[in-house]
Amino acid sequence: MENTKIKELEKVVVKFVGDSGDGMQLTGTQFAGTSAFLGNDIATFPDYPAEIRAPQGTVAGVSGFQVHIGKSQIHTPGDTSDVLVAMNAAAFKAHIYNVPKGNTIIVDTDSFKRKDWEKAGYSEDPLESDDIKNYNLVKAPITTMTKKALEGIGLDNKSITRSKNMFALGIVYWLFNRPMDYTKRFLKGKFGKKEMVLEGNLKALKAGYHFAETIEALPSSFTVLPSDMEKGTYKSVMGNEATAWGFLAAAEKSGVQLFLGSYPITPATDILQEVAKHRHFGAKSFQAEDEIAGISSAIGAAFAGNLGVTTTSGPGLALKAEALGLAIMTELPLVVVDVQRGGPSTGLPTKTEQSDLLQALYGRNGESPLIVMATKSPGDCFDMAFMASKIALEHVTPVILLSDGYVANGSQPWKIKKMADLPAINPFMVQEGDNAEAYEVYQRDENSLSRKWAIPGTAGFEHRIGGLEKDALTGNVSYDPENHEEMVKTREEKVARVANYIPELDLQGAQEGDLLIVGWGGTYGTLLTAGEEVKGGGKVGLAHFTYIKPLPKNTAEVFSRFKKIVVCELNNGQFIKYLQSELPQFSYEGYNKVQGLPFSTNELTHKFNQILNDL
Amino acid sequence: MSENPVIEYKAKDFASDQEVRWCPGCGDYAILKAVQKAMPVIGVVKEDIVFVSGIGCSSRFPYYMDTYGFHSIHGRAPAIATGVKLANPDLSVWQITGDGDALAIGGNHFIHALRRNVDINILLFNNRIYGLTKGQFSPTTSLGHKTKTSPQGSIDNPFNPGELALGARAQFFARIEDINPRGMAEIFVEAAKHKGTSLVEILQNCVIFNDKVFAEWTAKEVKAENFLRVEHGKPMIFGKDQNKGLIQKGFKLEVVEIGLDGVTEDDIVVHDAHEEDITLHLMLVNLQMPMVTGVIRSVKHESFNDRMEEQIDHVRATTKYKTMDDLLSSGETWEIE
Repeated sequence: MENTKIKELEKVVVKFVGDSGDGMQLTGTQFAGTSAFLGNDIATFPDYPAEIRAPQGTVAGVSGFQVHIGKSQIHTPGDTSDVLVAMNAAAFKAHIYNVPKGNTIIVDTDSFKRKDWEKAGYSEDPLESDDIKNYNLVKAPITTMTKKALEGIGLDNKSITRSKNMFALGIVYWLFNRPMDYTKRFLKGKFGKKEMVLEGNLKALKAGYHFAETIEALPSSFTVLPSDMEKGTYKSVMGNEATAWGFLAAAEKSGVQLFLGSYPITPATDILQEVAKHRHFGAKSFQAEDEIAGISSAIGAAFAGNLGVTTTSGPGLALKAEALGLAIMTELPLVVVDVQRGGPSTGLPTKTEQSDLLQALYGRNGESPLIVMATKSPGDCFDMAFMASKIALEHVTPVILLSDGYVANGSQPWKIKKMADLPAINPFMVQEGDNAEAYEVYQRDENSLSRKWAIPGTAGFEHRIGGLEKDALTGNVSYDPENHEEMVKTREEKVARVANYIPELDLQGAQEGDLLIVGWGGTYGTLLTAGEEVKGGGKVGLAHFTYIKPLPKNTAEVFSRFKKIVVCELNNGQFIKYLQSELPQFSYEGYNKVQGLPFSTNELTHKFNQILNDL
Repeated sequence: MSENPVIEYKAKDFASDQEVRWCPGCGDYAILKAVQKAMPVIGVVKEDIVFVSGIGCSSRFPYYMDTYGFHSIHGRAPAIATGVKLANPDLSVWQITGDGDALAIGGNHFIHALRRNVDINILLFNNRIYGLTKGQFSPTTSLGHKTKTSPQGSIDNPFNPGELALGARAQFFARIEDINPRGMAEIFVEAAKHKGTSLVEILQNCVIFNDKVFAEWTAKEVKAENFLRVEHGKPMIFGKDQNKGLIQKGFKLEVVEIGLDGVTEDDIVVHDAHEEDITLHLMLVNLQMPMVTGVIRSVKHESFNDRMEEQIDHVRATTKYKTMDDLLSSGETWEIE
């Protein structure tokens, strides 16, 4: 292998696009995994249609996977592509807008025949247009060459064609000087028992690599050197997987068994699937008959002494609202994960959005406050699921954890945590041998206002709870007007006091000055990158929230240090409404995007510079 | 949890300190008494018993039992009870529900609980009316029956709870009338013994909004003639003089009189509650005159919770992940130095 001209790059964005059956998610994941393995920092963004297999060759059926790899730290999957790999004309059409002129586009010419570009909605061959001359176009008959490479190994036609994604991956591996070992190991694990399929995939991968080496369209290859990340052992994690692991870790740490009752819903299902794999930890996953049964079974399990968890997305959270009220009333340890997607109604199931915040905060009957948290990156899902469980168990209370499609399906290198390094979890519960005579069901800890959790099986503590208003001490049904008001205020205060147990707001960038960027949840990486890239000369800080209700105690103090506050979110302005009501002494400007897509760094820096100029 | 209870309970040990607040004359009082009477016989220690209910008159029940109790939300009790049982399979879990709670708003949870066969006991108080909301027709109200929301008579086809349950693959179904305290206690003991979901339909009189709805069967002068209490292994004989019985004719059950037209006791169908095939059980639940009571179906199938525990034991024995640290450091990892 002769590779004399290797250019070094700081970072690079590669996007693989094709039909939803073309295996683009797998291809992208492999490129990301290999790069992470080489020590690059990575961020990924899968972009796929809601239909499992939309009509072949149409724009509706295009599935994409974007990978950002870097020597420096990477916080976003990148705005635009340095290299676009398009497996057909429809995929090319759907994604060309995001490739700046001069960048490389690799196409499978076998899927750019007249019928293909017509199906994609072109009236003339896009590869023959004037515009295409502005790009470094690499024409590769990927399908034909895959077929040729796999000739005679005895694989059927369909399987041969399906191997073409490995051919494309091979091209990109050569282009970025990546070794093939990681993928070879992966393929052996996946197809170990289907020898012919394994051989086909390996052959296609190598054939793509050698093709790239040989053709003159790719004059040089590039490399991205390992990143300067913190020392340690890393692995690649996806957001939903990390969420599941956070719950499993909290169960082990607290000694309280995990019960996950959920109903499948995009993009949250992976959490249920991941927990289902780990029954060996005693974790009980339960696929319920509907969303309501999901949360109800989790509440029942929490009553019986488990850490109750249910996972869902926006429409499911709406269905769970009444049961959430029950968990608030009965004060049981429950975590509800809402992996947000585009709404309202069925909305955009596979696209990301932050539009369930107000539903999480207020979407129930009666005065029904609860703790709301959010996760800011795939790796952070682990920490926040762990912390949500800790708060639920120590404060005996329901918690909503907001994730989103972008964080849930994204992946990043994750420094492996040791269980010993995680904070202790001390559930506030009755122990065998405690004095049952002195136990009152709604007696509260004077600091946290938590009531003590007594679980069935504990002799002497038999009691009844339910959705009817309770006496402030005994928990017996009470219709007393003053008792009701006292309980309403106590429940609100109990949530407010959680502020004494959560970390303060971490202000990044300038510690005081002109512009404070405010965000929450999954937009963290982009806001951080954009904040760093602002060249307006002003002093810019970033206050990113993962604890939303209650707000960190120093929030007002941090806000007061800046002239201007801009609240950036992927909705029509929800966090800003909440801040306006919680901290009305400040004025806020909103910056919103509701396209089912994450922010791009560019649009944010543009906005921030504009604000700084106007100051 | 005590494995061998040394405590000898009496029925009154299961009465909580809360004042019982059903309407005077309500059938629920008799059911509560019968449950409290059955509990010492069942013999589970108090702390291991959980009563879960939904919403409705019957759902106040857990407040009156001195055990663990959860008065939840409308229709969701099967799901909550499922969570309780799966979290701690050692508990004896009872769900109290009514015809509106179980068959209307909670219909989905009800059928799926039966299908799954989680080891819980469901007591369905069927009074064929919405009582707590003061008298609207329910999913078991007879066609033509006048209620506040059907002033010209109900045009809504009713469910027969037993038929629905068998269709949903219930493996234990019993029916009993609320004026039969001893019969109720016996059936509750049977339900508790059955490992899997047990459903007991109790024909319950609502004295205010649907009084005498079952009088056709329960009236003193007719009840011996109009109820048939089946027992496994015994012929289906009933009547004041124990001279009537059921025979099978084609796809139907027919009432005959022993001694008439040459019919002898040997001709009477012998009840087999353990039969897998539901055909005969369906005929029994659908029979209107006489109305069949007792344990109509009781077939042993492995419970969902037992399967879950077995699966956990199995994967525990074979897994490569003994602790979370094993999982966290699994898969492809790399060092940054």
